[in-house]
Formats: sequence, structure tokens, C-alpha cells
Amino acid sequence: MKKATFRIWRGDARGGDFVDYTTEVSEGMVVLDAVHQIQAEQATDLACRWNCKAGKCGSCSAEVNGMPRLMCMTRLNTLPLENPVTIEPMKAFPIIKDLITDVSWNYEVKKRIKKFKPRPPDAPDGTWRMAQEDIDRVQEFRKCIECYLCQDVCHVLREHNLHAEFIGPRFLVYAAALEMHPLDTEDRLKELKDAQGIGYCNITKCCTKVCPESITITDNAIIPLKERVVGEFYDPLTRLFRIFRPRASSEQQ
Amino acid sequence: MAEYLTFEHDVLVIGAGGAGLRAAIEASAADVRVGLICKSLLGKAHTVMAEGGIAAAMGNVDERDNWRVHFADTMRGGQYVNNWRMAELHAKEAPDRVHELEAWGAVFDRTKDGRILQRNFGGHKYPRLAHVGDRTGLEMIRTLQDHGVHRGIDVYMECTVVTLLKDGDRVVGAMAYDRERGRFQVFKAKAIVMATGGVGRAFKITSNSWEYTGDGHSLAYHAGAELIDMEFVQFHPTGMVWPPSVRGILVTEGVRGEGGVLLNLEGRRFMFDDIPENYRSQTADNEEEGWRYTQGDKNARRPPDLLTRDHVARCIVREIKEGRGSPHGGVFLDISWIKKRLPNAAEHIKKKLPSMYHQFKQLADIDITEQPMEVGPTTHYMMGGIRVDSDTQMSTVEGLFACGECAAGINGANRLGGNSLSDLLVFGKRAGEFAAKFASENSPGQASPDQIDEAARRALEPFERSSDARGEGPYQIQHDLQEMMQDLVGIVRREDEMLRALEGIEKLWERSRRVSVTGNREYNPGWHTALDLTNLLTVAEAITLSALERKESRGAQYRDDYPAKDEEFGRFNIAVKKSDDGRMQLRREAIPEMPAELKQVIEEMK
Ligand code: SF4
Ligand code: SF4
Ligand code: FES
Repeated sequence: MKKATFRIWRGDARGGDFVDYTTEVSEGMVVLDAVHQIQAEQATDLACRWNCKAGKCGSCSAEVNGMPRLMCMTRLNTLPLENPVTIEPMKAFPIIKDLITDVSWNYEVKKRIKKFKPRPPDAPDGTWRMAQEDIDRVQEFRKCIECYLCQDVCHVLREHNLHAEFIGPRFLVYAAALEMHPLDTEDRLKELKDAQGIGYCNITKCCTKVCPESITITDNAIIPLKERVVGEFYDPLTRLFRIFRPRASSEQQ
Repeated sequence: MAEYLTFEHDVLVIGAGGAGLRAAIEASAADVRVGLICKSLLGKAHTVMAEGGIAAAMGNVDERDNWRVHFADTMRGGQYVNNWRMAELHAKEAPDRVHELEAWGAVFDRTKDGRILQRNFGGHKYPRLAHVGDRTGLEMIRTLQDHGVHRGIDVYMECTVVTLLKDGDRVVGAMAYDRERGRFQVFKAKAIVMATGGVGRAFKITSNSWEYTGDGHSLAYHAGAELIDMEFVQFHPTGMVWPPSVRGILVTEGVRGEGGVLLNLEGRRFMFDDIPENYRSQTADNEEEGWRYTQGDKNARRPPDLLTRDHVARCIVREIKEGRGSPHGGVFLDISWIKKRLPNAAEHIKKKLPSMYHQFKQLADIDITEQPMEVGPTTHYMMGGIRVDSDTQMSTVEGLFACGECAAGINGANRLGGNSLSDLLVFGKRAGEFAAKFASENSPGQASPDQIDEAARRALEPFERSSDARGEGPYQIQHDLQEMMQDLVGIVRREDEMLRALEGIEKLWERSRRVSVTGNREYNPGWHTALDLTNLLTVAEAITLSALERKESRGAQYRDDYPAKDEEFGRFNIAVKKSDDGRMQLRREAIPEMPAELKQVIEEMK
């Protein structure tokens, strides 16, 4: 059987280094399979996160040959196996051990975003009416599996470490899903501008490129949000306009 | 007693999938202090894997639907050994639970008039499943998670419970360890809600994640609670079979709901060959009618591809055994054929089944809009579990509640697709409500310090053995158990094989007592696997003993040596409990008489 070498980062917050493991590879294997095989045969304490093994839970995020990927959805036959495959943890978050990073910051950020606040029900039985075409966009955003790969790749977090000022693409998508939800009545634009730092995003689109759910993060979520923020705070005409028209209808894309 | 990090709550929920989150939300509404323990990160639980939808008789698509039909469908699917009261509550309360999700921000697919769209699913008479494409579970868990984070619930992530703590007959807390640091933690609680999910990891081929090791079943059992229906393990008929590394990953029933058909090697729709008596009147007898049903024709009957999971799984096994299987040991599931019937079929498939499309494209190099898939049965769901009171969800141990997959009763011998997500919501809410009530009516108990020290000592044993030459790593033991359960206590069961399994389990217990791990306590998956062994072995033993005791074939349990259904066995559930000498004890629990009113519902719907 064919063999391949995996160069896996081992260590913790105090430091670490790459260790090479050679293992057998068979048809259809993904990077996570190789990690599991190494774990079972050579390094029982090698730490990695995973749950679904089908690209649905967003647990197994790592950097494979330098690219932010879900390990469970990265087939070995898409990688050049003549060279060692490097596997290392995400860079935008503090390291815990081996391939595991501390992603708790993301959970804290989410708490800061104002929750969903629906309008009163449309029907006497307490239910609402929404047309499918009005929720297509929101459903795209709600496909997010919270893998945080977009956070990992965004230079504002990864290189400039502005975690305190900027919520990152994942939570701009989250805010956009709430803002564009046809039933929602909350206003999150002021926070987006001030505390959540939407202005830091300079539309490099790196986040969109790595999203395993193919969410068009920049074009569909961030840019429209930026436009709303501009409209609300910098453009007197739009502001005036909005006073006379309900928000939902004035902002149909 | 050594010093441990200690947390105090009124209600402690163990497990943060759909059921646990719903329970925690409900308990927090009663203004008690709630703690929520997640084995993984919050929002990653197995609920995200649920694809098809939430069964709730809202009647949005077919106004003939109502709770009575849903109740009758659930009982028929469960072959009448369900807890009828739970089936009744479930059918009545599911619509409200779905509407509540919408009020919390869930965005379901819509009907033309803007209401929640519902789809067809196996065993449901009318289109009943509220859904979001084929990622309904993700929508549900995210909605509950995002709603829950604003409710002051204390969340403990990547935390594993190793034992429950008791004060006399009552459960008063839990001992856990956090994965990041490997430190022990003591959780004191007036009431505990178990919501840990299933046991799929006891088998080799499974759709379940590594977390599904029967923790709740086992923790409750060792704390003295009764488990029932453990023989009923659901094998989902359609899991992926190729390539080997993805074997077992689920292929949603939604594929068949949208018109996908099962074919054998000869291209024959073998599901038409064997339609069980009690479903004959509601099943299409020709392909044309079956197609019309999937396209929403209310006068058409459902195709046999959508019969209950137990039956479809066995038909597939039969085709494979008799040499008519697909090249990699499955059968074919084809949705691409609908292009003969629909314009834009490829787009339609991608829109209706986006994750299936991606899953096959990325993991198997198969384009399901062009080619058939290969599928075969995979261990999917545990009908059996902690025996609970139908209304309050309290187990047979005071202060211990259970909901979701680790609780038993609603599903009987076979669960209908879509009934698990609704079960999580309906009984998650009830468990949270009554656990909070129990907590406010009772004072905190006191767990003895030696219980806690003893639990810590046992959990650390695998490290002490690491230098011991007789020690063995945990992965091989787990692997051997999975192989054995798959071969000997799988879809088709026989007494002699199961007796061999019992001997095998005994030997594995011995090996597990010598298991050793290397490395340190921080984020050590080997250690975790070693601790999981107790849970896996406990449920494996309960499954095997219960399956031996039920000398008939019913629902998910198929006995080659007793292939017929036996009315006598329809009168009771099989319960297991830990006896005073530590052995597993079996008991038959008679099913109470159904009230006349419910009997009548079943009669009417026949
Ligand atoms: S587009 Fe904006 S959010 Fe996305 S990676 Fe670039 S800077 Fe970050
Ligand atoms: S938006 Fe995409 S990349 Fe970012 S967390 Fe969600 S799924 Fe992952
Ligand atoms: S394991 Fe769930 S996304 Fe990879």
C-alpha cells in the first residue's frame, strides 16, 4: 500500500514543533482519516477536534499545507503526496494543544450581538408569513457551520490581532442574517460601526475564498451591511428618506 | 477529600444537542440557576447531522393532517410497544415547539402562501416535516444555541462527565473533567437532566460521531436507573458505503422523499417485491403512483422506498446477501433519473439536497445529479434508553431526568424519520420544566467525599498502568467491540451469535480493566477513549441481553431464529437495571392499557 508523510505541529502554548509521521494511505482518505490513523497507531495523545466527519459541524478546522481547511473534507488525492503534508492549527486563535486552538473568543463575540427580535405574529394563531424569495439570502448566511476558517484567514485578526475591535467575517455574516431577516425589528448598525468595527474590513475577500459552505461573505453580507451603515450614519439623504419609508422595503436588494 | 473545582446549580443539563439546549432554555425560564455541560464545543453536537426535518402535524401542506394522524403513524412505526402517552404528547405538542423555533429566529423553507413548508418522509402519512433544505438539524441547533446564549445559562464546553453523585437514592451532582486541562470538576445540582444522545459508536458502521458512546445511558444505569427497549437499535437504510473512509455517513431519507429510488444491481426497484401487510393499503403498487406521491399528488400512495427504516434496511441486506448488491457492497440510490420527468432536474436536486450533493461530490467524486449513489445500512439511532415518566421525564432515580435520544419510550421498536427532532423539542422542554420544578421544591443534597475521591481514582487508573507491561491501548479494545457488535448483534440477530457476543463482552470488560494510556492529562484523546469504554461496554451488554430476551422480530429487532412477530411480546417492554451485586438484571415491564380514546384513533387510522 502507498505511504505518505504528515508533518504535524505538536506542542502547546509554551511552544512546539513539527513532527513527521509516515502512515499508509488508501483510496478516498481525507486528511482527518490520516490524523486518526496516526492517533490510533503512533501518537495516542495527538489532539484534534472533530465530530461529524462530513463537513457539517465545523470542528476540524486546521491549516493543511498552509491553507485553512476542514480536515474531514480535504481528500488526500487533492494533495501532492510526494512531499510531506503539513498540518497545523489555526493561527488567529491562541493554541491549546497540537491542532486545537482556543476559539472561546468567538462565543464571547456572539453574545455581544443583539439577539433576534421579531415583529408581532402575522396570524391570530401566532405564526408568521414570509415568502421564500425574501429568505433565500438569510438562508445562505444560516448555512454557516461556525468553523471559523474565515476568522482565521482575515488579516485584521490574523495579522493585526484586532480581536478587541473587530468581530470578524463570521459575525458580520451573523449580523447580516439578523439584519436581513424579514421578521427582525432590531437595529444593529450603530454597534457594527462602533464596537464591532465593520470599517476594518477592506474587502479583500479572503474570507469568502475559504468558506467551506461557499457563503459569499463579502459580496452578500459585508458589502450590503457596509452600505447600510454608510446610509444610516453618513448619508443625510438616505437618512431623510428612511424616515418616510419603513426600513424593510427601502432596503430590498 | 482532595480539593476540586466545584460549581453549583439548581438544574444541571448534561449534553448540549437539541434536547439539552431546549431543556436548559426551559429551566432558565423558571428562574433557576442552570448549568449546561457539552462534551464538545457548543453547537457541534450530533443534532447538526439531522437532515430531513422536524415532524409536526401543522397541516400546512395537507390540511388533513393533525395530531391524531401523527400519533397513529408513530405507534404503527413503533409496532405498538411505544409509550402511548409520550406518543400522544409528542404529536400534540410538536407544532407549538416548531412555531416557537420560528419565534426564536429559525428560517424554515416556505409554502407558496408564506407558511412553513412540510415534506414527505418515511412512515408519515402526510407531508409533515418542517425543514431547511437538508440541513434542518443545523438550523435547529443554531437557533437554540443563539437563543440560549442570552439566557444566563452557564456553559461548560469540552467537559466529560465520569460519574453521577448520589445522596441516598437521589442524584445530587456529577463529577466531570475538562478536556483542556484534564482537571476534575464537581458539579452540585438539585436536579440533573441527561441529554447525551445515542450509542452508535458501539458498532463499526455508524453515522454517529465519536461522542455517541452511550454516556447518559451508562451513567444513569450505574446510578441505579432503569433502561428499557435496549434491543431496538435503528439501522438507517442509507449510509454511504464507498470510499471506505466515509462508510456509514448518512444519506438522508429526503433523497427518497424527493423522488430518489432504490435499485439493485439488475436495475430493479426491489422495494416493490416485499410490502408488509400492515402498510399495504397505504403503499403504491406501481412506479407511476410512487412518483406522483413524491411530487405532492394527494391522491397517490407513497412508494415502498419510503417504508419504515427497519423494513427498508432489511430489504437492502437481503439484496446484498443474495448477490444483487452494488460493486462495493451496497445497493443503488438514484435521484438523477428524475431528469426524465422534470425540466432543470439538476438544479432542482442541488436546491433540495444541497448537502447531499456536496457530500458525494467532495467525498466520493460522484455527481448525484448524473450518477446513482451506493448506499447500505448504518447504525443510526437508539430507540432504547433511560426509562422516564411520560409527562415529567423523570427517570426511576429521584432527581434524574432524561430527554432526547438517551431517553426511551416514544419510539417503541422503530422511530420514524423526523420524529427525533420533534422529540428533542417536546421532551427537552418538558424535562427542563419539571427538573426546574423539582429543583425549586427540594433542598440540595450532599454527596459523600469518598464517592468523589473514588471516581477520581478510577478515572486516573489508565495512567498508572502505562508502565505496566500488561497494559493495552484503548483504541484496539474499542475497535474489537465495534467489530463484534456489528457482526453478532447487528441487523440480523441469532441466539447463538448473541451468546458469543456476551462472552466477548465479558472478555472485553477484562481487557478494559487493564487499559493504559500515555501522555499527560491535557487534551488527551487516548485517555478519553479509555474512559468511554465503560459506557460502550455497558450499553453493548444491555443491547445484547435485551435482544436475547425478545424472542421475536419486531421493528428494528430482527431475529433470524424467530422471524415472526409474537403478540405475547407486544405486551411488554424489556427493562435492565443494575442489581445489588453489580450484575445486569432483566425484567419485563407490562405496557399499560391504552385509553379507549387513543385506541379509537388507531382504529380510525388503520
Ligand atoms: S473581506 Fe474583510 S472580513 Fe473578509 S478577510 Fe478581507 S478584511 Fe477580513
Ligand atoms: S462563514 Fe463560512 S468560513 Fe466563516 S465560520 Fe461560517 S462556514 Fe466557516
Ligand atoms: S468533523 Fe465536522 S466539519 Fe469536519
